[in-house]
Amino acid sequence: MGSTSSTLLKIPNAEVLMQETGFSPAHIIRLHDRFKALDKEGRGYLCPQDFGAIKELAMNPIGDRIIGAFFSPGKETVDFSTFVKILAHFRPVDKDRPKEPNSPEPINSRSNKLKFAFQLYDQDKDGKISRDELLKVLRAMLGMQVTEEQLESIADRTIQEADLDRDEAISFEEFRKSLEKVNIDHKMSIRFLR
Amino acid sequence: MVLNFNQRSPFTFLMCLICTVSLGYGANVNVILEPTATSPSKLPPLSPMEETDPDPVETTQAVFTLDYPRIQIPFEITLWVLLASFAKIGFHVYHKITVWVPESCLLISIGLIVGGIMHSLHEKPPAVLTSNVFFLYMLPPIVLDSGYFMPTRPLFENFGTVLWFAVVGTLWNSIGIGISLFAICQIEAFGVQDITLQENLLFASIISAVEPVAVLTVFEDISIHEQLYIVVFGECLFNDAVTVVLYNLFNHVAALEVVEAGEVFLDIGRFFVVGLGGMIFGVLFGFVAAFTTRFTGKVREIEPLIIFLYSYLAYLIAELLAISSIMAIVICALTMKYYVEENVSQRSCTTIRHVIKMFGSVSETLIFFFLGVVTITTEHQWNWGYILFTLLFALLWRGLGILVLTQIINPFRTIPFNFKDQFCLAYGGLRGAVSFALAFTLPDSIGCKKLFITGTIVIIIFTVFIQGITLRPLLKLINVRKTNRNQETINSEIHKRLMEHTVAGIEDLCGQWSHYYWKDKFMKFNNRIIRKILIRDNRPESSIVALYKKLELQNAMEILDQMPGDISAAPSLISLHKERKNASKSRKKLLSSDVTNMHELLSKNMYKIRQRTVSYTNKHSLPNDITAREILMRRHTSLRRSLRAGSFHGTNASKMSHNYFSLPMGRSLNTGFPPGRLVHTGDGDTESEIDYPSIRRPRRVSSKAAMPLRPLNTLKEVASSVDTVDEQNEEQRGYRRSHLGSNVSRSGHLTSHLHHGSSRNYSEGDHDFEEQQSRLSPHAWVQEPQDNSDVQHPLMRRPHWLPQTPHDK
Repeated sequence: MGSTSSTLLKIPNAEVLMQETGFSPAHIIRLHDRFKALDKEGRGYLCPQDFGAIKELAMNPIGDRIIGAFFSPGKETVDFSTFVKILAHFRPVDKDRPKEPNSPEPINSRSNKLKFAFQLYDQDKDGKISRDELLKVLRAMLGMQVTEEQLESIADRTIQEADLDRDEAISFEEFRKSLEKVNIDHKMSIRFLR
Repeated sequence: MVLNFNQRSPFTFLMCLICTVSLGYGANVNVILEPTATSPSKLPPLSPMEETDPDPVETTQAVFTLDYPRIQIPFEITLWVLLASFAKIGFHVYHKITVWVPESCLLISIGLIVGGIMHSLHEKPPAVLTSNVFFLYMLPPIVLDSGYFMPTRPLFENFGTVLWFAVVGTLWNSIGIGISLFAICQIEAFGVQDITLQENLLFASIISAVEPVAVLTVFEDISIHEQLYIVVFGECLFNDAVTVVLYNLFNHVAALEVVEAGEVFLDIGRFFVVGLGGMIFGVLFGFVAAFTTRFTGKVREIEPLIIFLYSYLAYLIAELLAISSIMAIVICALTMKYYVEENVSQRSCTTIRHVIKMFGSVSETLIFFFLGVVTITTEHQWNWGYILFTLLFALLWRGLGILVLTQIINPFRTIPFNFKDQFCLAYGGLRGAVSFALAFTLPDSIGCKKLFITGTIVIIIFTVFIQGITLRPLLKLINVRKTNRNQETINSEIHKRLMEHTVAGIEDLCGQWSHYYWKDKFMKFNNRIIRKILIRDNRPESSIVALYKKLELQNAMEILDQMPGDISAAPSLISLHKERKNASKSRKKLLSSDVTNMHELLSKNMYKIRQRTVSYTNKHSLPNDITAREILMRRHTSLRRSLRAGSFHGTNASKMSHNYFSLPMGRSLNTGFPPGRLVHTGDGDTESEIDYPSIRRPRRVSSKAAMPLRPLNTLKEVASSVDTVDEQNEEQRGYRRSHLGSNVSRSGHLTSHLHHGSSRNYSEGDHDFEEQQSRLSPHAWVQEPQDNSDVQHPLMRRPHWLPQTPHDK
């Protein structure tokens, strides 16, 4: 990897990205290669079709939501730094990072990972998971043998368990609370992004 | 060999093959043939026995004669195969058995029973298993089966590991076991001093060949990650080749009195020649086969034949040159598959898969069967010490081998193997068919042949029965879940699964990094050069299109028909109703029993991640794509739902329609699309297959998908939204226009329900749903609510399909 530093120079804002996301130079380079490979027409940004070309993602029940998470509302394209920042959510948590008092929370903190997951439910971005949004996700994740009534009762139960302020929707805090026993770092991390 | 090209069905082909096989058998079986002895060597006369010319000397004419010797050989073969098939049918009657007991166990047990019966009747088993019969007739189908259904992408990503375990692992095992056994032989107490080192090594190489069959079915259930699957699969495949090479090597060496060092080096060199030669031949034949299929557009019926012939030819020629025939046939199948599946029709594709599976499983079944029979009926030479030590060493060396090898290779892997994985690898090393056949076909010059056979059988039976049956419980034990299922909340279960899917999706997004460079290079080369030569109509490859091809959507639609109710319309209508009316359900009191039910419901019905591994690892059945189809079907219907809603509910549309990015990619499809490219009319297949109009994919319609639009006939509104989208891109419309002619003729029966004006657009739209999808998605992001106010206008404005300039945007 002798050309690391020179390759790194070709990537715009590489230093800033590494700082913000905590990726190593090697990872940034790999991600950049991947970005370029996805960007088949070499435009420098990705649009939804480029994501759609990934076959396995199409087979994912929530594949479209995942893709949607890359695009901030109103934007139609994803540039490299957004790409990297979103993927940074999936870095395993650095356990031995010194806790600086005034630095912003790292992208791969538990809270931010949870926010990412929350965002996958909450498509209309109102800060709450409504019953219908939950139903949609359930329908996507469950096989076809499940009837509508069963789906609805599951959704009702879910809201009932989590909803503490009785507004028939799950806010982010309630979401976080319902998952307090779950090892989010383990669930929402990808090993090779360390 | 005279083969009857009766092209009506693969079954006839099988019969012919069996009868051809009987030629080999005929040499071994003592049968007194009638003077009409030329018949076994000719084509199978499927007609009943004919009487010979009436002999004028005989006065009485027999009315009813029995001419058993004439048909004896094919008859017996057929009966054996039929018996094996009945056994297979029998296993699946009670489903639970196959869950706990691997199928190989069951087959051997049946073989044992039959052997017992034969033994008690003092019959000898058919002396059919000679070296030639095994290597020329029974092994190729098995190996072809493994090779054809091997998933290429994961294989190549893990190629280093696979080869490492296969080659080095097998060598380690053979040499280790061989030497330890030789050491044991020196001990006088066991009385086997006469076994030389070479013979020990030979025996060791026979018993180091591992079989994936039972292991993979167990792995399915436990969440073993994909890497392990592919390593086991690949290891077994390649170590067959290595074993056979070693076997031949040691066989040759065992015959020599003295082994010189120079010889050994020559043999090592030969080993590489053999392996690489096999691969090169395989690739060569694969390409030639793919090239041939390029021209079989008009003769669809013989397409499967081409595949089999070329694979078998690769095998035979490799045998001729004494290079690794297994490698040749496997690599041939791998290479061929990719290109051939693009060239051949859907039916041929299905036929090929089915027939390969059929031959492979028949062959394997027969071998296990024989194993059982032979166990009972042959004379065994038993030697407690030798055999028990063999068993011990086999297990020991495998375990050690895996441990050491993993330590060495882990640093090179992106995802290293942990101890659990290593245990699975080591414990999952079951022996099977190949070992048995190799042992059985040892030359008689080996003094302790009987001992070796006994030893091999003992090892196989031990590993298959004991390890096979206990593997699943052990793995479950290791994988034990820490939390009690019922204490988990429904919430966390759902959210955890969502997170797992997310992570799987992001991993796919990142792709695999380590081998990416070479793969990328190869794919570029592939797309630019190879595909142009080998594939008949070269289209820019788009993954969803390829995916739909593979999923045989017509079959999926049959599932759709079988589903209770109308899945596309009912749930969607209900949900939309709710959304519109904002119905609020009163909070129900949920009992604890309800909750348990829910847990069960979730655990049974939530899609597992990484379904792709499950679909290809089951050796005894064809890949099952139901889940994949369900997901894609649902995506398709949701798309329609969103389109329909989008036409009437402005704000909702942007919310709902922006979800569907993963359906691609209008741009690449359209731009690569020469105008005027229409459906292949030459394809007899499609005409008869299609009750529903086929998906108008830019590719040949004959390949695969027919998307039934019956449920959607009632959704008239789809057309309107299609129109809105249509306006965006005239260029794309231009293309679609060119298809329209053929479409209208095909889908005439659809148009009756629809607005006459938008009817053609509708059918167009459905067929090109992918294209419109992509047009929709980028649009959705910028879609302002005011767009939808124009929705009504296109309906009025375009009563028929004329080229129009986009009037807005």
